[in-house]
Amino acid sequence: MPIPAQALRHKYLRHNKKFPHVWCPGCGNGIVMGALLRAIYRLDIDQDDVVLASGIGCSGRMPTYLDFNTLHTTHGRALTFATGIKLAKPELNVVAIMGDGDATAIGGNHFIHAARRNLNLTAIIINNSIYGMTGGQYSPTTPFGSKSTTSVYGHIEHAFSIAELAVTAGASFVSRATVYHADLIDRLIEQAMEKRGFAVVEVISNCHVQYGRRNKLGGAVDMLKRFKEQSITVNRAAQMSPEELEGKTTIGVLIDRDLPISTEEYKKVRQKAGTLKEKV
Amino acid sequence: MSEPTKQRYLLQGNEAIVEGALTAGCRFFAGYPITPASEIAEQLSIKLPAVDGTFIQMEDEIASMGAIIGASLAGVKTMTATSGPGFSLMQENLGFACVAEVPCVIVNVMRGGPSTGLPTSPAQGDVQMARWGTHGDHSIVVLAVSTVMDSFTVTVKAFNIAEKYRIPVILLSDEVVAHTRECVELPAKSEIKVIDRIRPSVPPDWYKPYEGDARGVSPMAAFGDGYRHHVTGLIHDVMGFPTQKPREVKEFHLRQTKKISRGFSDIQMTKGYFLDDAETFVIAYGAVARSALSAVQEAREAGIKVGLLQLITLFPFPRRTVAPLLGQCRSVLIPEMNLGQMSREIQRVNQGMCNVVKYNRIDGKFITPREIYAQLTKL
Repeated sequence: MPIPAQALRHKYLRHNKKFPHVWCPGCGNGIVMGALLRAIYRLDIDQDDVVLASGIGCSGRMPTYLDFNTLHTTHGRALTFATGIKLAKPELNVVAIMGDGDATAIGGNHFIHAARRNLNLTAIIINNSIYGMTGGQYSPTTPFGSKSTTSVYGHIEHAFSIAELAVTAGASFVSRATVYHADLIDRLIEQAMEKRGFAVVEVISNCHVQYGRRNKLGGAVDMLKRFKEQSITVNRAAQMSPEELEGKTTIGVLIDRDLPISTEEYKKVRQKAGTLKEKV
Repeated sequence: MSEPTKQRYLLQGNEAIVEGALTAGCRFFAGYPITPASEIAEQLSIKLPAVDGTFIQMEDEIASMGAIIGASLAGVKTMTATSGPGFSLMQENLGFACVAEVPCVIVNVMRGGPSTGLPTSPAQGDVQMARWGTHGDHSIVVLAVSTVMDSFTVTVKAFNIAEKYRIPVILLSDEVVAHTRECVELPAKSEIKVIDRIRPSVPPDWYKPYEGDARGVSPMAAFGDGYRHHVTGLIHDVMGFPTQKPREVKEFHLRQTKKISRGFSDIQMTKGYFLDDAETFVIAYGAVARSALSAVQEAREAGIKVGLLQLITLFPFPRRTVAPLLGQCRSVLIPEMNLGQMSREIQRVNQGMCNVVKYNRIDGKFITPREIYAQLTKL
């Protein structure tokens, strides 16, 4: 069923917030924001029951524009605030929105521990391989050899694979899409929000202004076309050798497993503590 | 014990902080292990789940601060506890709590610093850091405890102030108070005043989360209560949205500063001993105030007209109490387990009225009553 875009805008964009937004024309952040709104619409979650928590950077501005309970935290810390909110009010749907530097450099420790802890949270990471807002410095996902304002001679470090990192750290649900695959992002966010456990959606995005331009990757459209060419589904990737997968981006659901979630486990702790109450 | 009746208990300072927090309604704690504060986390990990509260051990102190702010935004009274190195890590999100006006209590059980410093010897080296540790202009409330009983009562007050003014409150303890066991008589719960934050009563469409009432404090909606508002670490307008308009930025800062700095009697707490006819006096706080009291009592018995002013509130500096005493007395002695961090404040207020004598130790050793008595006789 197609979603009426205008109704979605009227319902979920803040009326009392002055637009325009801070994002550059062609930025992938808007595609992810649209996908998030469509997912929430399809899941029919009450706006009062949604919390969007973000970190710092271009992605961090997303909650400001949206009519939910919104929280713009410090750099890299969105998941720590989200953890507090979720533990205090487990009935809320808490979504953390982060960038690649945000989630895996300054917030890397929080990211892996949130995955390990397995709270019932959704983490959306918009990975554009660069620090965009601060002017194009290299991030933990900037590819080896790439140019940035802090690696003008070519980047000498290797990139994290965010989704694979989340799998290893113990997340219940881990998925990846690119901003070319907008429908897939819709579906993955929907699945992630429905999933009971820590659910990750990594979205490979374009920063043609700070990353594409310096690395001669063209404009937004060129970068999206490249995402299309580079992407390959999880199922197809499973049939390929590591050599064949070189330079490819695996998209789809990387892992979907049922693990004990800590808010549920904590209920048991409370029961045990309750029976000891007289003694303490 | 989670609901203390008027009974006597043998408690250490850290345990009394736990009892104070639970009595004040704290239902969420996030922390990271560190000596000499760990007993607070350990005790709360046992007791919070028994009262339907939540304990979580986070991956570091940065995350601990983030988690207690998040839980507070969801409507719960929250606390964390640490010592110097962890307190350094908390400064980032402490600033967020200031800017976004999120009530919470941060306990710093001081040990010798800087860095890993002197684990685990007593010190009072984090006083100015508590005041100015997070970057940018901000007001903040810093309280200090000197006994096990204080650790209970001042913790309750810390929560009350946090809730009433929508601010983070820093509670300074030290290694001596934290690990001293004393017999204390905890008051019955009915005798303890507990303040909860004011929630908005207006319809959601009318709610301005950062407008401020006559005191400069805004009612605080919890996430999930139907008031879908925005919370940010950016300087914001009355709706909570980022602003760079000079007028709005200035109003933001002035309201936040005024709501704390007006010298409200419930924020600025001190205890006076033998001050009415004092010719000289001691200003002390934390565990050192105990030594000072003992020394002052002994000096009184010897006929020396000396008094003691114990500071419970270090910041905003209780100028209205301190200034008249500086005018009244010939000399003031300020013993501190640092190189004179509060004496700077006292000198600032003194303006030459009174002879200021410092007595400092930074060797990890506690200042004893005998040392203070020896100084008193020279005043």
